[in-house]
Amino acid sequence: MKRHLRDAAIQLAVASAAVVLALAVGGVMIIAHGHNPFSVYATLFSESLGNPMSLGQILFKTTTLVFTGVAAAFAFRAGMFNIGGEGQLYLGAFVCAMAGLWLPAGTPGVVAVPILVLAAFLGGALAAVPPAILKATRGTHEVINTMMMNFILMAVVNYFLNRVNVETTVHTRPILASGRLPLLSSGVEAMRGSDGNASLLLAVIACAAAWYLFARTRTGYELRAVGFSPRAAEYGGVSVPRAMVLSLVVSGGLAGLGGINTVMGSQGYFEEGFAPGMGYLGIAVALLARNHPIGVIPAAFLFALLSEGGQVINQFVPKEMGEILQAIVIIFVVVGARLLQVALQQRRSAHA
Amino acid sequence: MLDQLFLLLALTVLAAVPLVLAALGGTCSERSGVVNIALEGILLAGAFGTAVIAYASGSAWLGLAGGIAAGVLAAALHALMTVTTKVDQIISGLAINILVAGVTEYGAKLVWKESASRTIALLPAWTPKGDSSLLFLISSILGRPLVLATILLVVAAWLLITRTRYGLRLRAVGENPAACDTLGLSVGGLRYSGVLLSGGLGGLGGAWLAFDIAQFQHNMSAGKGFIAMAAVVCGKWHPLGAAAACLLFAFASALAKSCERWKVNVPSELISTLPYVLTMIAVAGLVGRARPPAALGTPYEKGAK
Repeated sequence: MKRHLRDAAIQLAVASAAVVLALAVGGVMIIAHGHNPFSVYATLFSESLGNPMSLGQILFKTTTLVFTGVAAAFAFRAGMFNIGGEGQLYLGAFVCAMAGLWLPAGTPGVVAVPILVLAAFLGGALAAVPPAILKATRGTHEVINTMMMNFILMAVVNYFLNRVNVETTVHTRPILASGRLPLLSSGVEAMRGSDGNASLLLAVIACAAAWYLFARTRTGYELRAVGFSPRAAEYGGVSVPRAMVLSLVVSGGLAGLGGINTVMGSQGYFEEGFAPGMGYLGIAVALLARNHPIGVIPAAFLFALLSEGGQVINQFVPKEMGEILQAIVIIFVVVGARLLQVALQQRRSAHA
Repeated sequence: MLDQLFLLLALTVLAAVPLVLAALGGTCSERSGVVNIALEGILLAGAFGTAVIAYASGSAWLGLAGGIAAGVLAAALHALMTVTTKVDQIISGLAINILVAGVTEYGAKLVWKESASRTIALLPAWTPKGDSSLLFLISSILGRPLVLATILLVVAAWLLITRTRYGLRLRAVGENPAACDTLGLSVGGLRYSGVLLSGGLGGLGGAWLAFDIAQFQHNMSAGKGFIAMAAVVCGKWHPLGAAAACLLFAFASALAKSCERWKVNVPSELISTLPYVLTMIAVAGLVGRARPPAALGTPYEKGAK
């Protein structure tokens, strides 16, 4: 247990150091623009976190990133690399919206909401089925296939969208009213105008469920075993193909759930290209969280803060600085983790 | 009817140029054992470098050099992360793609105060006189220096990889780096060269993108780097195969566009998925197995078995 805590502390230190270093690089960029980095950062944090409306926007972005982030982390834990979050999110959202159009308008919320959430999950999971099966049966690397599926799904969904969209737009009709999730602004008046909604709660629950599965259940243990060493797991009696399919399909489902944030929360309909790049950014979130399902939540919040905070400081520095900082955080966190790993190995071999 | 067909073929060739260049680069990198998802970012960096230098200097040729340099720079970061630091190659590629997307748009804001550039100088192109459609089309395509360069580079890459000592060594570190190390070859050096070659070629592909619309635009690589990667896989990691796959992919996208123009009632969205479906079929080994280099994706650790 003690060792467990120490490992977690080390991971947290690596992630924090990466964030601090990235902010330092950003500071140099701010100086290059002739501003004081401390005051610009102070503006970034106070204006984005202190302003309820922009906090609502950050929480909205956080929600999608938590879903795509926990999706990537879920697959990583089992040794699978799911870079299909982009397409899984897209299909999940579309299936969710289709279900919301199909349900009769009088359906009570207690029935409609679970059905729509399930639809989003199934849509995302479905998107991951072909790569999962190809991996389990033919050993095809899932990276290529999940990436190809991204492009295929975008095109296929857009094909169907063009047949169900509202005239002259690129979105569907609104889903039934009882399937909508409340906006955060309906509880906190000051957040009015922001898109943050109750999906955030579901995102947190999804992370908690993923944590519980990995930490406390037999299935989770088996998935981790496969991630650690497929051959050893197989020797230990775990069905490796089953674990591969399960991890990738559930991962897809989690990414698909991200669709509820827009479809059931902010907009109430599916729109073409509604969350570009969120699938890929989810991988970055998982990396920063060191694949810990609960760690995904603060990591997603940080990334959402950086992209929203970029808007706030646009008057000082082009807002793309936020995007650049996100990339630098990833680079530092993976390089840092790698250097740490090398250092530990050397120390271990020095002791031996 | 016939001139429509010629037009379709012409569109195919033009759409194929950036894909072929990036895919040749991807082949060099992957044959040396380094997965290169960063191709997307390399293309974008190349387009940006070209636009900035061509805009600042007024010379398209200098712009071309700037594009190549920017591509090499992005690739150098990938090589540093994957070969020297040995982080996961796919993660490195994804990080570089995000970084380049941010840096280029940030740079565009600095240079042009907006995310698209002003119009840039173009490479000279030889345009034939007369209107005999077939001859006209062929010569106006071949009259573009980068089209000719691409054709020559396909042949050059093929000779380099399959017929030279360097090519043999490059392939060998992708298959069995430990054996190469034993023979005294520099695994890291060869892999660096493979990745940097992909940077130069991808940068050139990016230059084509910038010249094609005479400016830089935010995220103008628009997934072409990923398509090029798919072409490397579909082409079974062979330069000629990769180029052929790019032509096929470009044909699919040109056909999808043409169908829209002809008002033919076929689902153009579905036609555009052809490259990706073909790639999945190719890697699944349903039609002749595409076998990646044995050491692809694994960093080389001296002394590890």
